[in-house]
Amino acid sequence: MTTEPLAAPAGGGTAAGAPPLHRRLLGRLVEANPAVVTVLSVFTALVFGGVLIDVTSTTVLHAWSAIGSHPGTALSLTVTTVTDAYGAILSGSILSPSVLGHAISSGSGWTQVFNPISETCVAATPLILAGVGVAIGFRTGVFNIGAQGQVIAGSIVALYVGFAVHLPIWIHLPLVVLGGAAGGAAAGLIPGILKARTGAHEVIVTIMLNYVFLNLLNYVLGGPPFQLPGQTNEISQKMLPTARMPHLFGSTLRVNLGFVIAIAMAALGSWFMNRTTLGFSFKVTGANPDAARTAGMSHAKVTIVAFAISGMLAGMAGMATLSGTNFFLSSGYGGTLGFNAITVALLGRNKPWGVVWASLLFAMLDVGGAAMQVRTGITLDLTSVIQATIIFFIATPMLVREIYRLRSTGQGALQLFTKGWSG
Amino acid sequence: MTVAASNLPAAPSPDPQAATSGGRRYVSLRRVRGLGVSLVLLAVVMALPFGWNVPSGLTATFTMTAPPSVTVPDLVQPVRPVSIGLAVACALLGIALLARRRARGSYLIFSLGTVLFLWSFLVWVGRGTQLNFVSLLAETVIYSTPIIYGSLSGILCERAGVINIAIEGQFLAGAFLASMVASASGNVWLGALCGAAAGAAFGWLLAFLALRYGADQIIVGILIDAFALGLTNFLLQEIFTNHPGLNSPPVFPSLAIPLLSKIPLLGPVLFDQNAIVYGAAVLLVVVHLALFRTRWGLRVRAVGEHPKAASTVGIHVASVRYRNVVLGGVVAGLGGAAFTIGSYGQFTSNMAAGLGFVALAAMIFGRWRPFGGLGAALLFGFSISLVSFIGVLGVDIPSPLLAMAPYLITIAVVAGLVGRVRPPGADGVPYERE
Repeated sequence: MTTEPLAAPAGGGTAAGAPPLHRRLLGRLVEANPAVVTVLSVFTALVFGGVLIDVTSTTVLHAWSAIGSHPGTALSLTVTTVTDAYGAILSGSILSPSVLGHAISSGSGWTQVFNPISETCVAATPLILAGVGVAIGFRTGVFNIGAQGQVIAGSIVALYVGFAVHLPIWIHLPLVVLGGAAGGAAAGLIPGILKARTGAHEVIVTIMLNYVFLNLLNYVLGGPPFQLPGQTNEISQKMLPTARMPHLFGSTLRVNLGFVIAIAMAALGSWFMNRTTLGFSFKVTGANPDAARTAGMSHAKVTIVAFAISGMLAGMAGMATLSGTNFFLSSGYGGTLGFNAITVALLGRNKPWGVVWASLLFAMLDVGGAAMQVRTGITLDLTSVIQATIIFFIATPMLVREIYRLRSTGQGALQLFTKGWSG
Repeated sequence: MTVAASNLPAAPSPDPQAATSGGRRYVSLRRVRGLGVSLVLLAVVMALPFGWNVPSGLTATFTMTAPPSVTVPDLVQPVRPVSIGLAVACALLGIALLARRRARGSYLIFSLGTVLFLWSFLVWVGRGTQLNFVSLLAETVIYSTPIIYGSLSGILCERAGVINIAIEGQFLAGAFLASMVASASGNVWLGALCGAAAGAAFGWLLAFLALRYGADQIIVGILIDAFALGLTNFLLQEIFTNHPGLNSPPVFPSLAIPLLSKIPLLGPVLFDQNAIVYGAAVLLVVVHLALFRTRWGLRVRAVGEHPKAASTVGIHVASVRYRNVVLGGVVAGLGGAAFTIGSYGQFTSNMAAGLGFVALAAMIFGRWRPFGGLGAALLFGFSISLVSFIGVLGVDIPSPLLAMAPYLITIAVVAGLVGRVRPPGADGVPYERE
């Protein structure tokens, strides 16, 4: 298998030279490389979502039933219903032109202009952190489904630091961040050590730990010192003001220091994986464990450290939401964050910056979906369907290849993220 | 060469004792010592908190009779002497393990010690009150049933070389549809059939994406789990909230087997259950015989161990895998039906609660053999049943901590007891014909 045939008919002019640039670029666009597959996955999911909007919209179906008399209405309604919905998602998550126009003409109301994008950043913050953690795990060949439990562990520690000690903000806030990181790392160490020492498969261990931590949260919220005094529900005390993330742009926009921390951790993660010896041994272990072992890299050490880092980032994700917007814990905190972290890691191709973009996209869909529900009455669940569809396509690149008749890259179509029970 | 290899304990060198999956369990002496130490530690717990700390004179009464069986007297046990006696026995077993020079048979000794510990724990829990021992065990069988179905589903898929992480999702789908159809039609058999069909549908989705398009089996499985959870939650909200009548299914009635159900203790526990429970027992035997005694089973195992070799002798690898994954979905769907129409009826949100993964743990513990995982499945079932019993008895252990028990036990089993296992050779590896 060589890539030669791809270029051969085009590069006929020059004897030994590469084909002209535009030919190569065009060739890139029709082959199933990761970037093309990712873009097409998102595109296909959006089309699928559009079809779903149309077939569940009574007005559209009504118009189609009268297609004989008003064919134009049916077609235009089909298109406008979808564009309205997606327009609502965009304006609800990034920028609303009408609000912008109003702000320019009246000179006030600028916070409303920036509120959607601020909310998108807030929603993306935990996704970025936990997603980078899962992505680093994937690159190392460990599958961390335990982000949810690690989120809870980090949050519990961060919350305790956040209400139990009284300190000035410049020392209290870093302590909260460290607490979240330490709690998550400790929770991540459990499956790491068990996998390295006993061979217990991380998929089972982390999922069992998710339930353990879920119950641990209910336990600590059920009494002092965590429970809000005078409460019988599972609700915690609030964090002290000195333990809360300062807002970046004034008090009305919720975007806070947590977002900066998330971006910084993604940058750090990227640097770590690409520029450090340990990061290199992570990647080698993930790509070929036998080669890594032959090269003298300790499989046990890499597994344990990778899990600790993965857990640390998940713990920080829990901390970021807790200290950034929530300020207290309640039963079921973290929700589906652990699962969403896996999805953004896959969408971001397990690269930290890829995870940042994927998280922003998913946060857009979440935040904009709520706006869409208000404006058009289409249920918020639609955005979850779109997100799930994106990931289904990402996980089956061969399906995308077949739909769009993409050319094979020739590097072996099967790309596995995980290893079986013995790996 | 062999000497050099043995110096690398971490290397996954094929180990002669585990040369075929499902061969004899390989247990290192180091692990045996670990088991011995844990038995001694358990004995300490039994002797002090469960024994010495209990005021003398307290007794625990176990009810040993339930309706179909002949009446036997209750078992009245003075807590302190019984616990301390059990502790001594457990410590002796632990010391026996520590003194052993051979690994064989160690698991039997360890299981015996665990049973002693559980007995002591029950005596402690039931101190000063009455504990219905028969119904505790009967509930154990009911809770174990979906786990048995789940591990059989896993075996069917993985023996053919496909990892089925989607069992959890197939449970939920099966439980949901079984409840809905049985409620609507009033027929439990139709409900079970549709539950199986729902499991099969998700099995087909896994097969389609993983086999036709070579997707990562674990990722697709996790996606299916999440999808099934979201879908059932959504439908629970949309349909069952407005039509509660669709979520109040009839349940399979208990069928007392004539004579056998009269046996004290065992009768009501094993021979007065419903059709889904009996179905699990029948399926255990059927899957075992089919896998190890038929031509079909040989082909399935060949495909799971060495697809290329199987393909060379003319077996169509892809269709064997396709069929088995869908079949696994059917079995897991039935397991899902056990949650609703096989026990208490109503479907509740996320009612599988991770048991699909517990089933996988049981499968691994049983080394991909139907009967191997039975003990683990019963242990998990027992811990779940015990947790609900303790909740009713009002023991002063916070309920969230108790609820952790089955999950912690699963981790302990996977990490501490399983040891080095050898899955089917091509488990999780996509096969492309050249």
